[in-house]
Amino acid sequence: MTTPTIPADNPTSTRRLGTGTAATRVLGIATLVTMGWLVAFGLGFSPADRDQEDAVRILYVHVPTVWLAYLAFVVTAACSAIYLFGKKHSLGFDRFAGASAEIGVAFMALTLVTGMLWGRLTWGVYWQWDARLTTTALLFVSYIGYLAVRGLGGSHEQRAKRSAVIGLLAVIEIPLVHFSVRMWRSLHQEASVLDSDGDVDMDGLMLFSLFVGVIAFTLLYVWLLLHRSRVIAMEDLLDDQGLDRALDARRAEAGS
Amino acid sequence: MNTGILALQDAGFILGSYAITFAVIGAFTWRVLRDGRRLAERIDDDDKYWT
Repeated sequence: MTTPTIPADNPTSTRRLGTGTAATRVLGIATLVTMGWLVAFGLGFSPADRDQEDAVRILYVHVPTVWLAYLAFVVTAACSAIYLFGKKHSLGFDRFAGASAEIGVAFMALTLVTGMLWGRLTWGVYWQWDARLTTTALLFVSYIGYLAVRGLGGSHEQRAKRSAVIGLLAVIEIPLVHFSVRMWRSLHQEASVLDSDGDVDMDGLMLFSLFVGVIAFTLLYVWLLLHRSRVIAMEDLLDDQGLDRALDARRAEAGS
Repeated sequence: MNTGILALQDAGFILGSYAITFAVIGAFTWRVLRDGRRLAERIDDDDKYWT
């Protein structure tokens, strides 16, 4: 992955393969190790639940994916705000916002799918148009829309500005999703870790398994965010270079 | 009541949720790495802020 290659058009420069660095490689290994722990604790060491029995094991992937999706969307909003209201209007923040939203959408899709499987075991149905499920689906669709807007044409600045506005608006849905189980009557259970008094209401090994899941998905999120934002930076650079070449060709045509 | 892997009830749904999760993560990761390698070959290291 680090082997340098010499491009034919510029023999003095090198082009490393990929977007990895020593830090991301360490992060990647740590992610793989904690994912292994997640499987071991989630499927093996953690006890079955008194009420849900083994179905509770889905919690260790379902809850971390939704928490990380929330985090990813909050990071998107924060980077969008910095881009919009910062003095420099740095496109680097726009790229982080876009990369984070993509990862968030992937995690949110996993939340919906694992939730449907869990629902089939505990409720007997894959889907109900209940408050939590409906608002979660709405949040998912909103960020699909955010990514669609990013894919529209125009300059990088236009992309950054219009997607930042949507990123700041869409994040408002998160409290609605999170508190939907309290605001409306819902099939979905309330908070998994804390009870209504704010006390931890979980078996120690279950809580540890969930903690492992959260750590594993957080490491994965950071690793993906770094790599994906670098890919977007390279896409933008090649876009700019292509535009420069087209302009040069056009000027040469006009001059001849 | 630690049942262990072999005694899993409703194993298809439970293992399926883990399998789908890791399959989606794997596909997303593969796509990001593939795009990164493909684009990095076309850009000098000087233009990559992480190198």
